[in-house]
Amino acid sequence: MSTAPPDADELRRRVGDFLAGHDPAATEPLEFLRARFDAGLAWVHYPEGLGGLGAPRALQPQVDKAFAAAGAPTNQPERNGIGLGMAAPTVLAFGTEEQKRRFLRPLWTGEEIWCQLFSEPGAGSDLAALGTRAVRDGDHWTVNGQKVWTSMAHEARWAILVTRTDPDVPKHRGMTYFVCDMTAPGVEVRPLRQITGEAEFNEVFLTDVRIPDEHRLGEVGDGWRVSTTTLMNERVAIGGAATPREGGMIGVVAKLWRERPELRTPGLHEALLRSWVEAEAARLTGERLRQQLTAGQPGPEGSAAKLAFAALNQQISGLELELLGEDGLRYDDWTMRRPSEVDFTRRSPGYRYLRAKGNSIEGGTSEILRNIIAERVLGLPGEIRVDKDVPWKDLPK
Amino acid sequence: MSDLLYSEIENDLRAGVRGLLDDKAAWTDVLAGTEKDDAHDAALWRALTDMGVTALPVPEDLGGAGASWRETAVVMEELGRAVAAVPFLTGAVLGVAASQAAGDRDLLSGGRTALLAVPFTTAPNGPLPGGVQADGGTVTGTVTSVADAAAADVLLVPASGGLYAVEAADARLTPVVSLDMTRRLCDVTFDAAPARRIAEGDDALRQALAVGAAMLASEQLGLAERCLETTVAYLKTRYQFGRPVGSYQGLKHRLADLWTAITQARAVARYAADCAATGDPDLPVAVAVAQAHCSTVTVRAAEECVQMHGGIGFTWEHPAHLYLKRAKSGALALGTPDRHRAALAALVDLPYGS
Ligand SMILES: Cc1cc2nc3c(=O)[nH]c(=O)nc-3n(C[C@H](O)[C@H](O)[C@H](O)COP(=O)(O)OP(=O)(O)OC[C@H]3O[C@@H](n4cnc5c(N)ncnc54)[C@H](O)[C@@H]3O)c2cc1C
Repeated sequence: MSTAPPDADELRRRVGDFLAGHDPAATEPLEFLRARFDAGLAWVHYPEGLGGLGAPRALQPQVDKAFAAAGAPTNQPERNGIGLGMAAPTVLAFGTEEQKRRFLRPLWTGEEIWCQLFSEPGAGSDLAALGTRAVRDGDHWTVNGQKVWTSMAHEARWAILVTRTDPDVPKHRGMTYFVCDMTAPGVEVRPLRQITGEAEFNEVFLTDVRIPDEHRLGEVGDGWRVSTTTLMNERVAIGGAATPREGGMIGVVAKLWRERPELRTPGLHEALLRSWVEAEAARLTGERLRQQLTAGQPGPEGSAAKLAFAALNQQISGLELELLGEDGLRYDDWTMRRPSEVDFTRRSPGYRYLRAKGNSIEGGTSEILRNIIAERVLGLPGEIRVDKDVPWKDLPK
Repeated sequence: MSDLLYSEIENDLRAGVRGLLDDKAAWTDVLAGTEKDDAHDAALWRALTDMGVTALPVPEDLGGAGASWRETAVVMEELGRAVAAVPFLTGAVLGVAASQAAGDRDLLSGGRTALLAVPFTTAPNGPLPGGVQADGGTVTGTVTSVADAAAADVLLVPASGGLYAVEAADARLTPVVSLDMTRRLCDVTFDAAPARRIAEGDDALRQALAVGAAMLASEQLGLAERCLETTVAYLKTRYQFGRPVGSYQGLKHRLADLWTAITQARAVARYAADCAATGDPDLPVAVAVAQAHCSTVTVRAAEECVQMHGGIGFTWEHPAHLYLKRAKSGALALGTPDRHRAALAALVDLPYGS
């Protein structure tokens, strides 16, 4: 492949050609999506043959826009955030050719939903303390353990899974990363009801689950490094979406303020304006981050964006309830359900207030993000680590 | 969408200005300057003028650099970092912006420093001072708390619904002991001083104040970064209880939050600078956001800098107090964060009353 990667014009031409050959109105959606993937127009920065054309990532929005304008079916990215945002970049970075070919296409088209089997009851922020054991058995591994807070496990066909393969070395060294078949015998998914009433996340019990060695991602013992790739992509995915001014929760509260003058008090006015400024600052920071990525100057601002986003969502959703007064006392629905996506704007203010509490816990807590910024960005000295050189099996649990 | 990054030219410009400031405006020089009679560092101001950075947005045919407020903002960042005592915000920004808005080619091309004679707290969207009256080619009245007035060749004073140019020599300046002695104030009195009207109404003045507030955000950004860097460097080397104090989470987390707020300050300051440079109609909103955010962040950065240095941060012989005084004065200048939020309420249709 010695030809130069396609530029904006070339992509425009290719999308045009593709649409000429695949009328969105007349093609079955799944067939359309598969063909789009095969044409390299799924995620254009991926390599040829894997849904991309090796084009600059910055050109993706242009392609998505052109497909949307033509009324093309989407792959419903909101249903497969973990797959698209975390599993795919990890498979791309560490997968064998065989694995990339098997997993990426149905992942992108949305045929196969993914979940993330990382956290355990005894290993959250300290992910490397995890104890789910994988033991080699010829060309298979046998896995036993328990995972927790697994979002969308009830929808998922596949999982990215980190396990302990060597308990005799310090915790970061003895881990191995797999792709786990969620339909395999021994995988049991139990809903975990959360503060909003429904169950986005689950407990997942793994009992003698057999995983073929071909489903290992990366080397045996290299699971920490592979996980780090996943987590870095997670933070970018959470903090970095493009929004117009007053997009997101601030827009909901601003609208309420405009429509209900009787709710206004001086203190709430002050709080609203502060939040408005912060939301706009966060929005411009996200925009700047995207411009940096496009210009090939990625910075550490991604963790800052996630940190700020969590605080802001919590502040604004709390403000919304206070502003509503009596209506803020009501809730829409406590029924235990198992949603297939998280939707902040279509539910009630009470739901937004409660769901936003998860923003500073999921994907690395705000405290952990502050540690990361302080140590990796500012270069401040690390925490005292009592567990660094201790074999995993000897750690206090 | 506006370009929120720095161009290569802007980065080169930054390197040049920083080199000059490292050489001529180390904090010890700045501190010494605050105890001198001279209100500002005339040698440094000359060096900046020779470098061509004091007339960046002025067209080349008028002797300027034909650049824009974006590049000016980069210079402001560097001057903020150094807390340099030069009349740049007042002369090279507010004075130039007012002359430009008034379309006054003489002022722009004259190679003389023109400054706005308004209280330094005047906000672009707030009430304007009304203490000076124009009468038959002269102006009379007093304006208090004019920043850098001692550096002016020409004073631009709002009077009787217009903007007037007055030779500084024809005004009486009374120096004020200022909270920030790196940007000193004067009370200015005009007593039938000969004056030339350069603009009708207050559009030119408000435009200049808006551009000034946009540029001030960049100065604040530079200062906030300097405070953070100074603090981080100190916390790595200061040991207490057998550990660097920078290894304590109580401090680390506050600095991580500060860094996060500074990354946002950079985005909002760049946006405001770009709006000023391109004449974007969103400038009033961009300025209100930038000022409300950057003023707050910079004061926090300077206050943390003092606190995290402990006793040494409270001494005269340490730069922290220079940063703090500049930061707090800057937060009051050209409108407090609260005034900018109040302006925003009207601009983005979030009024208190109906
Ligand atoms: C809505 C939601 C969805 C989730 N989805 C998934 C998923 O799909 N897959 C998955 O694997 N996990 C998922 N998680 C789990 C999430 O990643 C963990 O909850 C998170 O990493 C924190 O771990 P923990 O719950 O064990 O808390 P702990 O780690 O026990 O933390 C408890 C408290 O101590 C603080 N703390 C811990 N260590 C430090 C330290 N070194 N310094 C300072 N403070 C510290 C934490 O910030 C927290 O406040 C989800 C969580 C939520 C809320």
